[in-house]
Amino acid sequence: MELLSNIAQYTGWVYPNETVFEWSVLIAVYPYLTGLVAGAFTVSSLYQVFGFERLKPVAHVALLTSLCFMIFVPTPLLLHLGHPERAFEATLTPHWTSAMAAFGYFASFYVVLLMLETWFAYRPFIVRQAQTRKDLLGRFYRLLTLGSYDLSENAMRYDKKWIFALAVTGIPAAHGLHGYVGFMYGSLKSREWWSSDLMPVIFLFSAIISGVALLIVIYVAACKLRNVPIDLACLKGLAYTVWAFIMVALVLEGLEFANIVYKGREGVEMIMQYVTGPLLVPYFVLQFGVGAITPLLLLSYMIWRGTTGRALVVGVTLCACLVLFSVFMMRWNVVIGGQEISKTGKGLLSYNPLILGKEGMFVAIALIIAPIVTLLGLSRLFPPFEEKAT
Amino acid sequence: MNEKSKPSLDARRAFLGKLGAATCTAGAVAGAVALGTLRSAVAKAEPAPSGAKGESGAAAKSFPTPNYDWTKHQWAFGVDATKCIGCLRCVEACKRENDVPRNAHQFRTWVERYVYLEGEDSAHIDSQQDPVNIRASGSEKEYRFANRYKDVKVDKAFFVPKLCNHCTHPACVQVCPVGATYKTEDGVVLIDHEYCIGCRYCVQACPYGARYFNEEKGVSDKCTWCYHRITKGLQPACVEVCPVGARIFGDLRDKQSPISLFIRNNRVAVLKPESGNAPNVFYVGIDKEVN
Repeated sequence: MELLSNIAQYTGWVYPNETVFEWSVLIAVYPYLTGLVAGAFTVSSLYQVFGFERLKPVAHVALLTSLCFMIFVPTPLLLHLGHPERAFEATLTPHWTSAMAAFGYFASFYVVLLMLETWFAYRPFIVRQAQTRKDLLGRFYRLLTLGSYDLSENAMRYDKKWIFALAVTGIPAAHGLHGYVGFMYGSLKSREWWSSDLMPVIFLFSAIISGVALLIVIYVAACKLRNVPIDLACLKGLAYTVWAFIMVALVLEGLEFANIVYKGREGVEMIMQYVTGPLLVPYFVLQFGVGAITPLLLLSYMIWRGTTGRALVVGVTLCACLVLFSVFMMRWNVVIGGQEISKTGKGLLSYNPLILGKEGMFVAIALIIAPIVTLLGLSRLFPPFEEKAT
Repeated sequence: MNEKSKPSLDARRAFLGKLGAATCTAGAVAGAVALGTLRSAVAKAEPAPSGAKGESGAAAKSFPTPNYDWTKHQWAFGVDATKCIGCLRCVEACKRENDVPRNAHQFRTWVERYVYLEGEDSAHIDSQQDPVNIRASGSEKEYRFANRYKDVKVDKAFFVPKLCNHCTHPACVQVCPVGATYKTEDGVVLIDHEYCIGCRYCVQACPYGARYFNEEKGVSDKCTWCYHRITKGLQPACVEVCPVGARIFGDLRDKQSPISLFIRNNRVAVLKPESGNAPNVFYVGIDKEVN
């Protein structure tokens, strides 16, 4: 009889139906993954479209990372659905007034775009492999050439045009996808914590910093693993990008919070009680203090002092890890935090994350690690650092 | 040989004839049964048990009651909080009538108790699901309000029944990605359980906490004003069992219906009007803290 797995403890007055927590940690993982996708794509676009030459060493891995994370974006949603077998209904018979209805279109358009751009970016490599390899993998690459072996200057120019066009299209697509995720929360009027016009933009900027931070970690780790010197100019470029965007992200989040407090609408007392109580550590200490202000200060210091060499690598990587953590905490504080403040404005709930089960913490962690494992596998087939290595 | 074998040939012919006839009959019966099953399956698929979209004005095959025309009604609900005694028969009746999980966490309707103690500015609010009240009833399947304020001075106290507001602009319908939840022509918000994907966006979007997620069925659920009853001319179960007439239901198209009279004769309020949802449950006798 007792099937409920996510009963929440509460204080004060909450609606009876609220005592079951409906959006679990997986719904926090979902915007985290889309954010990483959008952020990683931003890096590849900075090189492909905006001509940031110093980011060239990570341009390919940025694309691959974006693709690998995108593949896993729907999984937390599917695991959460009461009827995952009906998931396609949202695409086949979308109800257009719902912010969620367009997800299938946004996501599949973006996956196709990513695959196309990756294909164009790797075409010279695929063709060379197809021509030289005679084994099973050779057959795989031959299949991937789609019959086009032309690597002439003319063809490469044509490819470049395509890459440019796809990267240009990809910018609004990636950012639209993530801004739209923010809109899903921001457009709900039932919760004061979510209902904000700034929400999509906040999601977007936190997405960018998380994606760039991820690339820093991946790039440094990849260089260490391959025993290759780290291109400090590239690393600095990435660090500047994080530094610039983290300020915008911080200002936006600060504005958002200031708005809630200053407007002081009904239920604000409960919000204040919440942020100074249960949310004090996850929100102010972890998300803002440790995850955002510390890296901002550290990066500012390193830029000011012109830090270079090993200290730069360690400092920037540390900052990147902190930013990755901060953005996850931001997703958690929005998704879980929003539900912990009762719709009555007179009570607080507390989420007890499950450890096991399909919506448990293990699955959540696995879903964040899975794209990285996929990336490892995919980078064997499509080496992202080929030019540097040779 | 011919002469001898003739009778047996006849017998064989007769046997085969009979067999053929039997096969034909069996086939016809089986066919008819299959057709019947198919027809009933189709009929079932059209009006799904928990609500399915019917054709506007289609009286013949309307959901869920034959010959019910949803263009001819406009249902609405009234709550007279001054009458409610907090007996919670409505909550229990609703759970039984609508197969709502018998636990202390999921309700299609509930009753809130507001108690202002002497010298205090804000109300103490609880509902039947509160652990203290569950302890008093002794079971998660039965409900009563514990007599928890007997030793203190109470300034003011009242009960407020709650349920889905069947809003004119329902936020839940707006956010449903597949259109599984929808507004009927007669003003009721229903959920098609055969189509709901179980994303729970509607649960989040409802400002009133009226929806819950049925884990067993994997779909969202909420009050339907007992659509299966009202389309047959009956009252919703909660209205039917209320011993004091605190719950009023009827058709706004009928100017003499209980709800029309209730709205006309009282100054009514709705919950959270600022949401823009335009609720269709009208209250009398609620206080500033009720939302």
